[in-house]
Amino acid sequence: MHYDVLIIGAGMSGLAAGIRLAYYSKRVCIVEKHYRVGGLNSFYNLGGHKLDVGLHAMTNYVPKGVKLAPLPKLLRQLKLKAEDFGLCPQRMSVIKFPDKTLRFNNDFDFFVQEVVDNFPRQADNFQNLLKTIFEYDELNLYAKPISAREVVSSIISNPLLSNMIFCPLMFYGNAQENDMEFGQFVIMFKSIFCEGFARPQAGVRQILDVLVKKYKACGGELKTRCTVTSLKCANSRVESILLENGDVLTADRILSSAGYVETMKLLTDHDSSKFNCHVGQLSFVEFILVLNKEPAEMGYNTTITFYNNSGRFDYRKPDELVDVSSGVICCPNNFQFENHLPEGMIRITNIANFDLWNRLGEEEYKAQKAAWLETTLKEVMKFVPDFRDSIIFTDIFTPKTIHRFTGRINGAVYGTPNKTKTGRTHLDNLFICGTDQGFLGIVGAMLSGISMANLHILQKI
Amino acid sequence: MTKEQIKDTILKIIAQIIPDEDLSNLKDDIPIREQVELDSMDFLDIIMELRKRYGIEVPEDDYIQLATLDSSVAYLEPRMREL
Repeated sequence: MHYDVLIIGAGMSGLAAGIRLAYYSKRVCIVEKHYRVGGLNSFYNLGGHKLDVGLHAMTNYVPKGVKLAPLPKLLRQLKLKAEDFGLCPQRMSVIKFPDKTLRFNNDFDFFVQEVVDNFPRQADNFQNLLKTIFEYDELNLYAKPISAREVVSSIISNPLLSNMIFCPLMFYGNAQENDMEFGQFVIMFKSIFCEGFARPQAGVRQILDVLVKKYKACGGELKTRCTVTSLKCANSRVESILLENGDVLTADRILSSAGYVETMKLLTDHDSSKFNCHVGQLSFVEFILVLNKEPAEMGYNTTITFYNNSGRFDYRKPDELVDVSSGVICCPNNFQFENHLPEGMIRITNIANFDLWNRLGEEEYKAQKAAWLETTLKEVMKFVPDFRDSIIFTDIFTPKTIHRFTGRINGAVYGTPNKTKTGRTHLDNLFICGTDQGFLGIVGAMLSGISMANLHILQKI
Repeated sequence: MTKEQIKDTILKIIAQIIPDEDLSNLKDDIPIREQVELDSMDFLDIIMELRKRYGIEVPEDDYIQLATLDSSVAYLEPRMREL
């Protein structure tokens, strides 16, 4: 079978790229190894509960009518209406560090005031930081990477404030340990603080449903449970695509959202010594707790809590299975929904060590999951009312789970720290989109698929 | 198509891409992107719609020819005359 374009991976970026290409009459096929779409942002049913993976909240939320922002841009490009995603804005989120709390909602001025009230002596510095952020062209694909830690610490002289700003930006999209590329910092800052959080009533399912329906309506083909075994190379091109079931496909161009290193490993001419690219180290464990009541009934109305309990803020692969000293507590109920969600829920996310989890035998793996649940619950009780007696169902996923379902090396959800912003590879017809291209978050992932489809396929005749 | 019809076609395409913008006062000789909120991604969609609807291929180097309504009509006229 021959296609104009073959897309590897039916996640947010692959589906968005697919819609663009199919809409403009390209013969497109998306191959997805899992039986379900979504990739790093997917969903599953367990014990009669509907659970999401990935998406806590969609960043980049702007109300209908705002034109110059990533979300409306994306909707226009995908020929979708604002109503299609059914996004409901958050209530209030917080960044909690020892002795300091910064609240933020989808009104940027509110956050600016919070910073000024809590760090009055940093008020001018914070304004300078904002100026630097707004003057930076974060979408320039050819910009030289610079250290966000260096830029921010040269402007903000209080390390506590600096860490509190970094905390949500790193947890929601940073592939690099301890530091962050400044362009990525700007993208995340705008998407979280200047724009904001929202969630569809039905969670990630709703977004994926809309994307898949649109893609199919445009004539795109989607093959799930379809694993690419190798990409056969010759003459600086991918000549053919070998599937696990033995089929061979050909395509003029290939767009891969499988990850940069993951894609390189599929090449028949793969030579690991030639690729100077770090693999990501940051992975997470998530504790999903279904409750017999809504957290609001216990007086907890916060949408997302980003916390850090230690004197410093370490965003790096921990030496233990899990680092509970910092993390994210998401309450999916606490968005401004029209109807209540069917169940109360709390999700706790902490940084975790892939190698340590991967090394455990089956029994020990189970035991460690249970033990770390206890540990993290104890830790987050400092920030949420004690809901432990209300837990009716628990599921936990680890870096090992992420690796198993997405094929990401190390279960690194944010991919490699070295982004391939232009999407180009050493092969003429193979391009990278998604996490490793470098636009972040769910909206970012979709924009990545769109931009790469535009740049490398639609603009070329 | 006549020149008038070509202009009309372009305006219809733009209206579809950015339905919330008022196009009634669009000047023919000023770059379209200076008059309405049309980013580079939207602009690409004008080219894509021309390809999809009429099979007209505008190479990347010629995108600049579609900057104003006047220049678009001039560029497209030989390509759309027979449609």
